[in-house]
This record gives sequence, C-alpha cells and structure tokens, in this order.
Amino acid sequence: MGAQFVQFSLTPILIGIFAAIACALPGNFLVLRRQALIGDAISHVVLPGIVVAFLITGTVAAIPMLLGAAGAAIVAVILIEAIKRLGRIEPGAAMGVTFTTLFAAGVLLLDQSDTSNVHLDVEHALMGNLESLIWFRAEGWHSLFDPVALAALPDELGRIFVVCLLVIALTVFFWRPLKISTFDEGFAQALGLPVGAMGFGLVVVAAIAAVAAFDAVGSIIVIAMFICPPAAARLMTNSLERQVWWSVGFATLAAILGYVFAGYGPLWFGGQNAVSAAGMIAAVSGVILGLACLYGPHRSRVGAARQQADA
Amino acid sequence: MNPLAEALLLQAGYNAALVGIGAGLLGFAAGAAGTFLFLRKRALVSDAVAHATLPGVGLAFIVMVMAGGDGRNLLGLLAGSAVSAWVGLWLVQWMTRTTRLSEDAAIGAVLSVFFGLGIVILTVIQTMSSGRQAGLESFLLGSTAGMLFNDALIIAIGGSLAVIATWLLRRPMTLVSFDPDYAAASGTNVDRIDLAMMGLVMAVTVIGLKLVGLILIIALLIIPPVTARFWTERSDHVIWWAGIFGGVSGYVGAAISASAPALPTGAIIVLVAAGLFGLSLLFAPARGVAAAVLRHRRFQWRVHRRQGLLAMARAEPIHDPFTLRVLGSEGLVRRDGVPTDAGRAQAAKIARDERRWDVARQIHLDAGLTGRYDGLTPIEQVFTPDEIAEFDARIGGPAPVATQGGH
Repeated sequence: MGAQFVQFSLTPILIGIFAAIACALPGNFLVLRRQALIGDAISHVVLPGIVVAFLITGTVAAIPMLLGAAGAAIVAVILIEAIKRLGRIEPGAAMGVTFTTLFAAGVLLLDQSDTSNVHLDVEHALMGNLESLIWFRAEGWHSLFDPVALAALPDELGRIFVVCLLVIALTVFFWRPLKISTFDEGFAQALGLPVGAMGFGLVVVAAIAAVAAFDAVGSIIVIAMFICPPAAARLMTNSLERQVWWSVGFATLAAILGYVFAGYGPLWFGGQNAVSAAGMIAAVSGVILGLACLYGPHRSRVGAARQQADA
Repeated sequence: MNPLAEALLLQAGYNAALVGIGAGLLGFAAGAAGTFLFLRKRALVSDAVAHATLPGVGLAFIVMVMAGGDGRNLLGLLAGSAVSAWVGLWLVQWMTRTTRLSEDAAIGAVLSVFFGLGIVILTVIQTMSSGRQAGLESFLLGSTAGMLFNDALIIAIGGSLAVIATWLLRRPMTLVSFDPDYAAASGTNVDRIDLAMMGLVMAVTVIGLKLVGLILIIALLIIPPVTARFWTERSDHVIWWAGIFGGVSGYVGAAISASAPALPTGAIIVLVAAGLFGLSLLFAPARGVAAAVLRHRRFQWRVHRRQGLLAMARAEPIHDPFTLRVLGSEGLVRRDGVPTDAGRAQAAKIARDERRWDVARQIHLDAGLTGRYDGLTPIEQVFTPDEIAEFDARIGGPAPVATQGGH
C-alpha cells in the first residue's frame, strides 16, 4: 500500500468518489420528484454532443467535448418538453423518443466520421476509462506535497473536483427552496418560489454533473450514481438531511469498493487481469440498494402494512 | 439499379433480403407490443428490460465455452439474455411492490446495475483465451455486417412468431391497457395478461438484440406507438398503426443500411422511425402541430369576424387592423372601413342572434342549453327552428336593414 497505490489507484478512486458524490446529490431530488430517468436520458445524449464537438473542432480536447455534451443535454431537455407539450404525450414516452433518437444520431455520426486516429468510440463513452487515469509522477505518499508531481495529476481529477464542489455549494445554497418545492410544489408556489426555474435548474445541475462525471468514468456510473445511492438512502431514513448524508456515504462506499473489487478482486480468484472498474462500481451500488431494499428501516411504503393486512 | 432500390426490392443478396424481412417483422411486432406498454404509461420499463439482457449474454457465452461448445451460438446467447432480462423485470416489479421507491427509480437502478454487471462480465470474457474474438460488443449497438445465414433466419422466424403472438393476444391486451379495472371486473386475469405483455416485450427485445442492439431496441418499442397515437383515437387501430410504422422503419432502415457501407443498421432504423414520428408530430390531421396552428388561426378568424360585425351593428368604428382584414377579405367592409351591404346584413343577423340569446336565457333556465353560448356557436345549432321562431315572436321580428342605396 505504498508508492504503487498512490501511483495507480489513488487518483482513480478519488475521481470515482467525486463523480459519485456529484451525481448522487442532485439524484436525491430527482428520485424524490420521480424524475430519476432524466439522468438516464442525459447520459445517452452525451454521445451525440461529444461527436458533434469533435466534428466541429477536430480534436478530442476536454473543454469542447464538455461544451458539446452540455449543449446536447440542454437540447434534449428542450426537445422532451416540446414533444410533451406539442404532442400531448406522457413524459416517459417523450423522454424515450428523444434520447434514443439523439443516441442513434450520435452512433451514425460517429460511424460516418473519420475517428480512426483519435480515441472516440461508443464503448469508451459507455464504460469510461477510469483505470487509465493514473498519476505517473507519483513516487509515494510524499508526492502529495511535491508541486512538480501534483502538476502532473490527471486533468480529469481537477475538473470533477471543481464540479463536485459546485454541486455541493449549489445544494447547500438552494437547500430550503429545493426541499420545499420538491415535497410540496403548491406550497412553494404560494410562497412565491420560482418552482419552474428550480426544476429546470435542478436538471441543468444534473446535466453538468453527468457531463463532468462522464468525462472521467463513462455513462454507466453516471446513471447508477444518480439513482442507486439516493434510492438506497431513501429507504434508510425519513429526513431529507439524513437521506442526503446517507446517499453521499453510499456513493463513496460504492466508488471505493467497486474500484478495489475491480482492480484486486480477480487476483483473489486467481485471475490476472482487472475487470471494468466502472461496471463494478455500478454493480456494488446495486448490491447496496438491494441490501437497503431487504433490510432498510424505512423500506416499506406508508400504509403498506395495512394494505397487506386487508388483503 | 441504385443500391437503395435494390435493397428495398430484396435484390441485394440473400442475407440482406432475409435481414430486411426480419427487421420489418421485428419492427411490426415491436410497434404492436410497445403500444400496450405506452398505453399503460410504462414505456420506459422496456429500457430496464433491454439493458438487463447484457449480463445474460455474457454469462451464456461463458457457460457455452465451458461446456465445450461455440460461445457465439446466437440461440444460446439469446436464451441467456432472456433469462437475465426476466430477472431484471422481476426486480423492477419486486422493488416497486415491496419498497416505497417509485417505478422510475426501480427502472433506473435495474438498468444501470445490470448494465454495469454486464460490462464487468464482458471484460472477464476478454481475458478468456476464447473470448478475444467473441464480438459480444456487437450486442450493444447491433450489427448486421458479417451476419450468418442462421442468425438472419432466427431473426426472421422470431419476428414472425412475435407478430403471431401479438395477433393472438390483441383483444385481452387492448382491454387491459385501456381499463385494467374493467378488465378485472369482467373476468380477465389482469396479472396474467400483464405477464404475457411483458413476455412479448422481452421476446421482441431479445430478438432485436443482434439487429438493433440493446441500447436502441427500446426505440422500436416506444417511437412507433407514440407516432401511431397521432393518427387515430381508436384503441383497436393504434396497435396496427404502430405495427405498420414499426415495420416500415425496420424494413426501410435495414434496406438503407444495406445500400452503403458503414451505415449502422440499428441507428438507421431508429432514425427512420424518428423521422416518421417528426412528420406525424408536425402534420398529423387532428393532433399534429400544423393542424393545431390551423385550428387556432380559424378560431382567431371567427372571433375577429364576430367582434367586427358586432361593432358594425352598433355603428362603432373598427380600428383593429386584423379585424379589418378579416372583414375586408370576406367582402363585408370596404377598403376605407365603410360596411358593404353584405356586411350590414351579416351585422344585423349577428345583432338579432344576440337578442335571441337574451330571450333564450329568459325562457330557458336550463344552463345546459344557454350555457352553450360562447358567442361563436350559431344559435341554430343549439335550438330548434320552433324555439327560434318563438324567440323571434317575442322580439318582434328582424328590424329592416337600412342599406346605403336604399331599396
């Protein structure tokens, strides 16, 4: 657990944790508002966004990609609203139409453009590349205090850290209005809170978190982290404050355990190669949710016991 | 002949023809099966089902290789995917039923976790000695390139079976999608029909894996029913419209992708379906955007016409330019704003109808009739000629219209 750990495992674990927290925080509100699948939709439309950004700029630099992904997410949200209103179609179906179409467009664009000399493909977009984000210059724990080595940290770490801080700050700052408008929209309106703007802002923050996390860890983790930790936390407590803390804890736990299992698990079973860390983190978050479903103190619906007694 | 026409007419090779027919049948079955999901407002359940197939594909490959067989046997892989899709579906229902999580959270949790698990299994397969060329990634986005004859046959046969199953189940499934309570009351076993419906969705998903891929197969289950909904208000028609839209998307999409290299089949099929959706959204007769705009314009026209005529009847000047244009184009007012004879006659009729309504409200205290007064519905549509004659008798007949030239 010395130099090797710092060099190969520390940064991916940190990136995984920051990405997980950045997604889990807005995820709490999305799950409570029954908009959990917005995260799913956003992470699908990221693909056409980055392909268009690549076609325009001709490079795979991070900033244009992020802008392209964010643009695509906003286009998707607008399209969903437009289809919902213009066609009078229920939200789930409108979402399904939008994100599959945009994803298909992304796949077609990707196949039609010449990406042979850059690393841009669908599998990478889905699975991310967490294992490769290693810290080459690190020689041990003391490198944490070495400015030269610190400068060589992967860029993704800085970006996801900033986004994670931004999401935390926004959650703290808008805590009260968010909480009120999530639980009682009518009351929030009566108080004069901009309910529509809050809803849209939440989706935009979710999109920012999704895009930044996607850059580092791929879209599977993004969907899993939007939903699994908040859903598990929801089964642990009735207080929103505690639910958010639980979800942050679950997200962190999933990121650490997932990475460790993916990197070292196969070795324990005599295998030689690590398995996908992104996939494993999603799987661990699923196990956590499964345990919460079975044993969480607040797992049952209010009145469910009475319904069962009646039946 | 150009390549697209060749592919559309099934002349682009035996395999391409079989794939085209299979895609058409699959699209038809997917559209029809998806209709029931859409009408029950559970369209996104298919998303969970589709993603949940991935671990099954991987595990089936491992099992088949360990048993000493060829891991790429399509039937075996599809059987594996069906099993894990079933587990995923069961988990969604279990979570929604026993915990307080809503269905969308359960769907999202299942799809992301199963997909993550599937990716883990795929990376395990890559490290197996026989797994290097497994090509299981093609199940993510589908691929018809290098498809074996047997695979194409499986898709064609599976597609036909799904169509037949939809035909057999259409009545109970329509009933359950529209009114589950009534269906239960009239003796239908709703749970069993729901199960059959999900089984059909799962079958379509599994058959479509190789062709369209697990990420895009849900588009075939969602987009055609939504498109069909624009064209009809009748439950028994929606299914066939959806089937036809799905079938056309599948067939045309497969043909387009066969006509040129490097056109991904699944994505093209989905984009064709999305194109049909877009056209329907804009131009469908009753529910389309263009129809709604026209309806609004017509309403606006009638309101302005009426307001203009009322003003004319009271001999007030009309200032609103749009009202003047409306009246002018119907020849009711001259270019300088002076009413024509026809305009005066129309104005007199509107003023008389207003008085008739006043009388009607005095006589009929029934709000069901007089409540239909919205200023635009002609009084002749609400009351019988006898009643109107009675109103007129009370008013004392229409006042003579003073015309400019005089008669």
